[in-house]
Amino acid sequence: MTFKRLTQGLVAAAVLAAPVMASAAELTIPSMVYRTGPYAPNGIPFANGYADYFTLLNERDGGIEGAKINLIECETAYNTKQGVECYENVKNAGGGALVVQPLSTGITYQLIPKAAVDKIPIFSMGYGRTSAANGRIFPWVFNFPATYWSQATAFIQYIGDQEGGMDKLKGKKVALVYHNSAYGKEPIRTLESLSEKLGYELMLLPVDHPGQEQKATWLQVRRERPDWVLMWGWGVMNQVAIKEAASIRYPMDHFIGVWWSGSENDVLPAGEAADGYLSGAFHAPGDGFPAHDAIKHYVYDAGKGAGERDRIGEVLYNRGLVAAMWTSEAIRNAMQIHKTKNLNGTMVRDGFEALKVDETRLTELGLPGFTYPIEITCENHEGPGKVALQRWDAKAKTWSVVSKFYDPLRDTTGPLIEEDSEAYAKENNITPRNCS
Amino acid sequence: MMFFLEIVISGLTTGVMYSLVAIGFVLIFKASGVFNFAQGVLALFAALTLVGLMEKFGLPAWLAIIGTIAVMIALAWAIEYFVLRHLVNQEHIILFMSTLGLAYVLEGAGDILWGSDVKVLDIGLPQGASDWLLDSYGLYVEKLEIVAAVVATALVVVLAVFFQRTRIGRALRAVADDHQAALSIGISLRTIWIIVWSVSGIVALVAGIMWGSKSGVQFSLSLIALKALPVLILGGFTSIPGAIIGGLIIGVGEKLAEVYLGSMVGGAIENWFAYMLALAFLMFRPQGLFGEKIIERV
Amino acid sequence: MLYREAGQFKTSYQADQAIFPILQDRWFVVTFLLAALAVVPLLINDYFANAVFLPFLIYALAAIGLNILTGYCGQLSLGTGAFMAVGAYASYKMMTAFPDLSIIVVFVLSGVITAAVGMLFGLPSLRIKGFYLAVATLAAQFFIIWLFYKVPWFFNYNATGQISAPPREVFGILVTGPRAEPAATYIFTLVFVAVFAYFAKNLVRGRAGRSWMAIRDMDIAAELIGIRPLTTKLLAFGISSFYVGMAGALMFAVWLGAAESGETFGIDQSFLVLFMIIIGGLGSILGSFLGAAFMVLMPILLKQSMVDGLGLAAVTAKHIEIILMGCLIIFFLIVEPHGFARLWQIAKEKLRLWPFPH
Repeated sequence: MTFKRLTQGLVAAAVLAAPVMASAAELTIPSMVYRTGPYAPNGIPFANGYADYFTLLNERDGGIEGAKINLIECETAYNTKQGVECYENVKNAGGGALVVQPLSTGITYQLIPKAAVDKIPIFSMGYGRTSAANGRIFPWVFNFPATYWSQATAFIQYIGDQEGGMDKLKGKKVALVYHNSAYGKEPIRTLESLSEKLGYELMLLPVDHPGQEQKATWLQVRRERPDWVLMWGWGVMNQVAIKEAASIRYPMDHFIGVWWSGSENDVLPAGEAADGYLSGAFHAPGDGFPAHDAIKHYVYDAGKGAGERDRIGEVLYNRGLVAAMWTSEAIRNAMQIHKTKNLNGTMVRDGFEALKVDETRLTELGLPGFTYPIEITCENHEGPGKVALQRWDAKAKTWSVVSKFYDPLRDTTGPLIEEDSEAYAKENNITPRNCS
Repeated sequence: MMFFLEIVISGLTTGVMYSLVAIGFVLIFKASGVFNFAQGVLALFAALTLVGLMEKFGLPAWLAIIGTIAVMIALAWAIEYFVLRHLVNQEHIILFMSTLGLAYVLEGAGDILWGSDVKVLDIGLPQGASDWLLDSYGLYVEKLEIVAAVVATALVVVLAVFFQRTRIGRALRAVADDHQAALSIGISLRTIWIIVWSVSGIVALVAGIMWGSKSGVQFSLSLIALKALPVLILGGFTSIPGAIIGGLIIGVGEKLAEVYLGSMVGGAIENWFAYMLALAFLMFRPQGLFGEKIIERV
Repeated sequence: MLYREAGQFKTSYQADQAIFPILQDRWFVVTFLLAALAVVPLLINDYFANAVFLPFLIYALAAIGLNILTGYCGQLSLGTGAFMAVGAYASYKMMTAFPDLSIIVVFVLSGVITAAVGMLFGLPSLRIKGFYLAVATLAAQFFIIWLFYKVPWFFNYNATGQISAPPREVFGILVTGPRAEPAATYIFTLVFVAVFAYFAKNLVRGRAGRSWMAIRDMDIAAELIGIRPLTTKLLAFGISSFYVGMAGALMFAVWLGAAESGETFGIDQSFLVLFMIIIGGLGSILGSFLGAAFMVLMPILLKQSMVDGLGLAAVTAKHIEIILMGCLIIFFLIVEPHGFARLWQIAKEKLRLWPFPH
């Protein structure tokens, strides 16, 4: 019976898993999403934005340069193992996936070694392995427009600006409240290295998953009264942290969250108390751009929207949108480089590596000033790495960008990226490629 | 000193919040010997239903609560009818597993019915720190947790009266003592089970409201079950006072550990410390502080 | 007619004590293994290796481990995920510290290290029983996961605590790392699992297995007939963790290639493996395989049939999948609380009599 069961199962799976053969010049883009599980509230708007932008391209322009986009959603529930199943399932779909957006740090780490073998580029936009910014060692991974480490330096620069100069940071106390996981630990090295240079005191406060109970953490904050609190949070941890911070009357304008801790979901449960809370951002919030109108018109009016109409323009929706925008631009770029519409992963990788989206192009795309211009090179897969801060207005229920876009402190992050990526290369016998 | 006091107070109030979840476990374990792992999901489901009724149908809070109670009772009936009825006299572990299956079903159903977004639960419970205590004594106490403590006390009193004074309560205790004997004097096990699951569904609603007001109603709410387990073993599976005392001990213990011990070893030790603490207690009393003594015969 | 032992005479004790006393069973197992070794590798691709076969085999190994502890020795444990993490991190440390050490040795040693850790956390079982013990093993689960985040030595001081498996070879063929062929990883895992399943099958029939079962059925009575609870229970914890640890190492190195302690080896793993042994059958090696097959294949089948077959959106399919998995678990618990292994046994009994049941 075992064998029979197994064969039956396999036959059934084989029949069902057989990829639908795509017509010529169709662009297969898998979308690994998590609309279920503990992190679903964050996964849903991102997935919607990602899907809606591609639907817009299909509906309005007939795809990218006339080649239709075939977006295949696969549900990972933010779980690594389901992510692997998804990846193996979609990578050969429709003649081969062109680019993967894993949308989870764990899945990204899993796929990084596979990308080079399967020849599918990974676009882990603003998450995943920071040292993958080193294009010499990670040719297949792109994590532009900025990494967590760049973001940490941006926050410190913002703090410096508020305090009246970087030299004023000496003797200040900065606390980092972080999700006790690989993701949450990302900024620690950067912050430590900066604290040595600038002389502020760093206080580390980990919060275990899922983070519904953070009393002890915030009592420590209350006692120590750090001048600034940074947060690398995720999921329910964000909402609870913001509420707790409000309860102990920690000034919200000294409380800065990572860009994954700065969406409507995170601040709404705290109500009025969240007013003035800051978070990192590399794109604008809101739905006031021509592209949003186009989405409403071409996608939602046609009944093809992925989400609810009134949630267009939420922070994470826009993040999905900007991810889709850069992805499609990279694909367009690949078409121009290789002068074909029948792309494969290798060509799209070339498209990513020579990607350049400037302000003129953004305006053409209906996103003027939505984000900053980027340029990717062979060595630098992080791009410009700029990060701004956005502030939550609890009355109007809107985010707005309140600072300039800070350039990362490359003299700090550069050596760290070098060190971490080289350790990886050594462990895995990778010879760095030559970029010049 | 003030800081120490603050930690203890917040530990106590947090402990009460854990107890609210643990009481639901105890009720069911007492009456049916089922280790109901679905209790956390039950709390999530109750809170989701409550928010859903308020948001989608625009019901006032009190009506929505009544509606949710009705749903929880219907759910208790369904669980008895479709699951428990067929698993009478099975081993504990099988019953335990079936509640895990139940948790899956409720999780999926809750998502489909009410969506997976974070929902703000506002039934008018006070939020934030108590200004009076903070301003005049510099003492930080969360208002919501004071309410939780009051609610928990009321709940325990009501449950105690229910168990001690009412006919159904006596029947429940009879069942808890001895299924066979209870059956032989004409107590219907099925009715008792429905009642006990309903009661524990209502307790889950209370826990769901408290935790939901704290963090918004979302999937993670179901994970509070994991915080209630050490409370449960410390207090003993069969004792409601045990669940309260256990909650207080765990609450204070983990907060003190996190602040004083955690800063030495790198923090985030709350989760495992609670379990280790419970484990330490178990080494001395293997049945929990207030659990019934396990008598073993050959 | 086809399946019966009539006419198969045993002329030696050895024959009488064979693992599969019935000729047809032996044939069956041999053909099955041959097919798994010879036919499957020809057909296998990345998807089947990474989404179906490797998880199935690796979880089966973990399930055998847990079944030894829970099914045979009666000690309920919810620490499986953490013990898998111990195996995974042990293998990572050994792979990076001794690059020339054979990967087979690495995996077995990872199992040994996990066994030691398991025995340590098994100590409370001497005093605590039943669900109390189950919850107590959660202490191990949370503590070990925390430890792997906190002590940088375990992940070679990298920035985040993610570990990734370097490429390693067996007889000149890559079995870990991204370039390993699916057939190679599959055969490697299969041989590994088959050998240790055989070992386990023998173990539970022998003195150790019998004393475990005595402890399970009634520990006080077992003590009275001269079985030492201390050594017996700790042995069960040790052997069980040995298997679980190897499964963890295989999962990290061969299947996933990268891992993070809380994400990959969280408490949901503990529950998943527990599900496998209960659905498959407590106290049965075969049951461990059947349970693993069910819990690995069923979600994939449900998902594939709903997404590709019925064309449902991925998210709706996922919700329905969760509900259906819950229903199926409850259904099977109601229909056959002793698991698939028991169904298999009933089928065999029926088959012996078929086609003349009277």
